[in-house]
Amino acid sequence: MSTGTSWFIIIVTLLNIAGCVWLLVANGRAVDPAGTAKDTGHVWDGDLQELNNPLPRWWFWLFIISVIFSLAYLVLYPGLGSFRGVLGWSQSGQHAGEVARANAAQKERYARYASLSLPALAADPEAMGTARTLYANYCAACHGSDARGGAGFPNLTDASWLYGGDPDTVLASIANGRMGAMPGWEAALGGEAGVDEVTAYVLSLSGTAGDPGRIAAGEAKYATYCVACHGVDGSGNPALGAPNLKDDVWLYGGDAVTVRTSIAKGRQGQMPAHEALLGTDRVRLLAAYVLKLSSGDGST
Amino acid sequence: MAFNHDLIERKVGLLGVLTALTISVAGFVQIVPLYFATETTVAAPGIEPYGPLQLEGRDIYIREGCYNCHSQMIRPLQSETERYGHYSLAGESVYDHPFQFGSKRTGPDLARVGGRYTDEWHRLHMINPRDLVPESNMPGFPWLADSLVDPAGTPGKMAALRAIGVPYTDEQIAGASAAVEGRTEMEALIAYLQGLGTASRNWK
Repeated sequence: MSTGTSWFIIIVTLLNIAGCVWLLVANGRAVDPAGTAKDTGHVWDGDLQELNNPLPRWWFWLFIISVIFSLAYLVLYPGLGSFRGVLGWSQSGQHAGEVARANAAQKERYARYASLSLPALAADPEAMGTARTLYANYCAACHGSDARGGAGFPNLTDASWLYGGDPDTVLASIANGRMGAMPGWEAALGGEAGVDEVTAYVLSLSGTAGDPGRIAAGEAKYATYCVACHGVDGSGNPALGAPNLKDDVWLYGGDAVTVRTSIAKGRQGQMPAHEALLGTDRVRLLAAYVLKLSSGDGST
Repeated sequence: MAFNHDLIERKVGLLGVLTALTISVAGFVQIVPLYFATETTVAAPGIEPYGPLQLEGRDIYIREGCYNCHSQMIRPLQSETERYGHYSLAGESVYDHPFQFGSKRTGPDLARVGGRYTDEWHRLHMINPRDLVPESNMPGFPWLADSLVDPAGTPGKMAALRAIGVPYTDEQIAGASAAVEGRTEMEALIAYLQGLGTASRNWK
């Protein structure tokens, strides 16, 4: 705030208060001991007179008190331009104090969490109580409040993993995020017919019956284009996040139309990185929570 | 001394003039200092004017009434900064005409929503929020995916904003139509949302 602006605010504020006091005093009148209030001389509708009684005393003193209150406030708190007030209070200072108190209250708890391994955290009821709240706020929007995910968002309650389910890998997925990149293959596979063949083969890997000729043609194409990521037998590759095609778990859906779309157009699954947002302590708690969810005890 | 207000009470025209004068002075002393306070006129670190697509998204945000349920104002309270991130600063809104503070949170605050979810999440969520969040009572906006942004209007909007102080360059305005050509309203809205609050990431 510039000095000019500051003085502008100070002068206007003080003049305003002084003006209020002047208005009160200039228009006030003493209590008439005789009790004969004068009228203002106005006559309305022929016989209605407007009396000019003095202000009630309680109202008069309330006004004076509010003037004193406002002056005291302006001395103690920020209000007069860039003058900070003798108490030194500020909104950001109050917020910093709140945060410091909250952090102090949590410090001991998080220090204990930091000393525990992820499996130990997952078995700790208090830690998991904290983690459940964090999950609801930061994870549930995509993975669901029941953690069962949705189309394109992995189910966290099963034992199927794209990148691996060991503690370090889960921690890395949450902390650094993941970029799943399945290219679209429509052109490479020679258009719709080729996509249909590979679709038939991929579905056959998880036991869906189809036309044998088409499956055989799809297998040949699979061996050329798909093995690099999904493996010779279709069991996937956790290092790349390439899904296992032999199980009955489908990220986007296992019906023929959806699988076909995945092959033709590709999929770009993305898990945002959370370490910068949440900090290491909370990311560890969430990793432990995910391990607990997937361990099959069923509670969320 | 007794001021005689008889005259003012009897002359309605004079009453009107004096009332207008009083309100003008009050408005003047309250509003004018804001034009000179650096807190409200200088952009916070990292705050840039919206790009053409984001600007169109901002207009869709306003058109669809998103501000009725979503605020963009994180108050300096521990419970809010814990959930959303750094509290909002006046300097973040210097290029917002009008600002989108909002006053009601049926849905969550969006001031820091940029980067929290993926573009695909926003797309699915906008089409039908309950596909992702079964408890949600937010309406779906599926038509945004089918309607295109009108590229003819974008340069005019940017020129109008420049007239009231948003520092767009001639090149930016000249390239605005091309930047939104063929983009859907869904893409524009997502571009707007994904930019919200991203500058605050570097404030700590």
